[in-house]
Amino acid sequence: MPPSTSEIKQLVVLSGKGGTGKSSLVAAFAHLSSLDSLDPHTIIVDADVDAANLRLVIQPQESSPTEFWGGSLADIDPELCMGCGDCASVCRYDAVIQQADRKIFQIDPMACDGCAACVYACPQKAISMIQQQEGLWFYSKTPYGDLYDAELFPGKENSGKLVTTIKQRARLCAEENHASLIVVDGPPGIGCPVISACAGANLGLIVTEPSVMGLHDLKRILGVLQHFKIPTVICINKSDLYPEGTRHIEEFASLEGIQILESIPFDEHIPQAMLKGMPITAAFPNSESAKAIRHLWDSVLGLLNREAKKE
Amino acid sequence: MRITVASGKGGTGKTTIATSLARSLTTKGQVWYVDCDVEAPNGHLFLDPVFTTQAQTSIAIPQIQTDKCTACGICVSVCQFHALAKIGTSILVFPQLCHGCGSCTWNCPEDAIVEIPNPIGVIESGETQDGIHFVRGALTISEPMPTPIIRALKRGITPPETDIVIIDSPPGASCSAVETLRGSDFALLVTEPTPFGLHDLKQILGVVNDMNIPFGVIINRDGVGDNQMDIFLTEKNIPVLLRIPFSRTLATGIAGGRTLVDLQPEYQQLLQDLFHRISTIVSEQTHATINQ
Repeated sequence: MPPSTSEIKQLVVLSGKGGTGKSSLVAAFAHLSSLDSLDPHTIIVDADVDAANLRLVIQPQESSPTEFWGGSLADIDPELCMGCGDCASVCRYDAVIQQADRKIFQIDPMACDGCAACVYACPQKAISMIQQQEGLWFYSKTPYGDLYDAELFPGKENSGKLVTTIKQRARLCAEENHASLIVVDGPPGIGCPVISACAGANLGLIVTEPSVMGLHDLKRILGVLQHFKIPTVICINKSDLYPEGTRHIEEFASLEGIQILESIPFDEHIPQAMLKGMPITAAFPNSESAKAIRHLWDSVLGLLNREAKKE
Repeated sequence: MRITVASGKGGTGKTTIATSLARSLTTKGQVWYVDCDVEAPNGHLFLDPVFTTQAQTSIAIPQIQTDKCTACGICVSVCQFHALAKIGTSILVFPQLCHGCGSCTWNCPEDAIVEIPNPIGVIESGETQDGIHFVRGALTISEPMPTPIIRALKRGITPPETDIVIIDSPPGASCSAVETLRGSDFALLVTEPTPFGLHDLKQILGVVNDMNIPFGVIINRDGVGDNQMDIFLTEKNIPVLLRIPFSRTLATGIAGGRTLVDLQPEYQQLLQDLFHRISTIVSEQTHATINQ
C-alpha cells in the first residue's frame, strides 16, 4: 500500500541567520537517509532559491530544468506615451522614470512591483504587463536521492511562489515513489520564502550558532515556527566556538521549553567536505561533526516517528 | 557617499564588516549605519545604539465601505496579487497578500475603498556612543514582506551628500537585496573562499552589474577554502579590497558581539584605507560617466 499524503512527513531546517550550516547539515541528512535500507527514499528540497547551494555538496547525476514564470512587470510603449506622467503619479515604488532627453516615461524593471496601477492610470493605454521568467527549477537524481531545487534569476522577486512550486512537486514525487519523508533546506530570514518553506511541516529544526547574532535570529525564527504551530527543536552548530553563547542558547531554550537535540562542535572538516563536493558524513565519517550529525539524524527520525504515532 | 555591504550567501560577515567600517570612520566625518536586513537585523548587537525614536511601518491596505460598495468586482480584477476576492455580494480583503499599491482604491467607480495602515514592522533610530547615526528596520514576525520596510527605511533618512552612509544588506540576490542596493554609490561584496561563497557571489554580481553599481570584494575567513575564488576574481578582473584571515580568536570575539576594530585595533587603519580606495573608485567612475 502506498503511503497516503498524511503519512509523508516533512522536516524543515531553518536558522533565521544565514551561514549557520543548514545546507551542510541537510546534505548529511540526505546521505544518512540513503544508507537506511529500510527506508531509502527521502526527497530533498532546497528552498533557498536565492542562493541554492545544496547541489554543490550532493552533486546531481542528472538534472532536468523547467522554466519558472512568475509575476508580470509593466512596460511602456514609447510610441504611444504622451509624457503626461499619470503613471508616475500613481506608482508607489518609484519605478516610473522620465527619460532625460525626451518627454516620455519608462519603467525601471528592478523597481517595478508588478501592481499594474500605471496600466489603469494611463489615458493612452500605452502600458502593458509582461510576464517574467523569474528562474528555473530542477528535478535531479543524486547519489543520495531525489532533489528539487531552483535558481531564481538575480534581482527577481523571491515571492515564495517558487518555493511552493518545488515543494508541491516534491510531494507528488514522494507520493509516486512511496517516500515517507521530505527534508526542506530553508532560506535564511523570516519572510515570504521562509513562510512558504514552513508550510505543512511536521517538525522544524533550527540550526543556530553560539553568537549574539545566532541567538537574536533564533528567537525570531522560533517566533515564526510557533506562529504556525510547528513543533520545533534546536541544534547548535560550532557549539564550542563561544561557550558563553552556547550557554545563553541553552538558557533561552530551557525557558521556552524547546529541546536542544544536539551540539555539533566547530570542525574544519566541514569546509573540507564542501571543497570535495560531498556531505560531511560521506567525506569524513569519523570526524567529530559527522558523529554528532549521525546522532542528530537518529533523534530527528525518532521525533518524526513519535509525531506520526500521535496522529 | 552610500556604501552597501552585500553578499549572496548568508553568514559571510556583512554585519561584521558594516559595523566595523562604520566604527572605523567616525573620525572621518558624519557616519550613518543603516540596517536593511530587516528579517534578521543584528547591527545593534555590535554598535549598541541608544534608540530615541520608534515608528511603525505600515502598508496601506484597502478597507471596503460596505454602504457604498456595489460588489461590481473591479477591485478584484485590477489586483495583481489576489488580495481581494468577491464572495457572494461582498468583497473580502486578505491583508497579508496586499502590496499596498493603491490600484483598487483608484479604480473603484463608487469611491467605496479607503486605505488603512496595516503595520508590518518598526523603524528605530538613535545614536551610538561614538556618534554613529544608527537606523534600523525590523519586520514583524509572521509578516511576509520585507521590501516595504526597506523602502521606508531608506526614504526616511536624508543625510547630506558628504556624510558616510553604510548600509547593511539582507543576504541573497532577490528583491530585498535589490531594494537595499538601489541608489548606492558602491557595493562592498563580502564572501568566503568556499564553493558556497563563490556560487552566491556570482548571483549578487549579476545584480550589481545589472544595476550598474561599482563594486569590490572582501574575502572573509581567508584560508578556509581553496583558490577557486582567487582564480575567478582574477579572471573577471574584480578587485579584492581586503582579506580577513580566518582566526578562531576573531571568530569567538565576533560571536560575542565585538567589531573587528574592538578586537584588533589595526583594522581601524585597514578599514580607513579601504574607504579611501572605495572613494577613489567611486570618483573615477563618476568622472568616467560625466566624460561619456
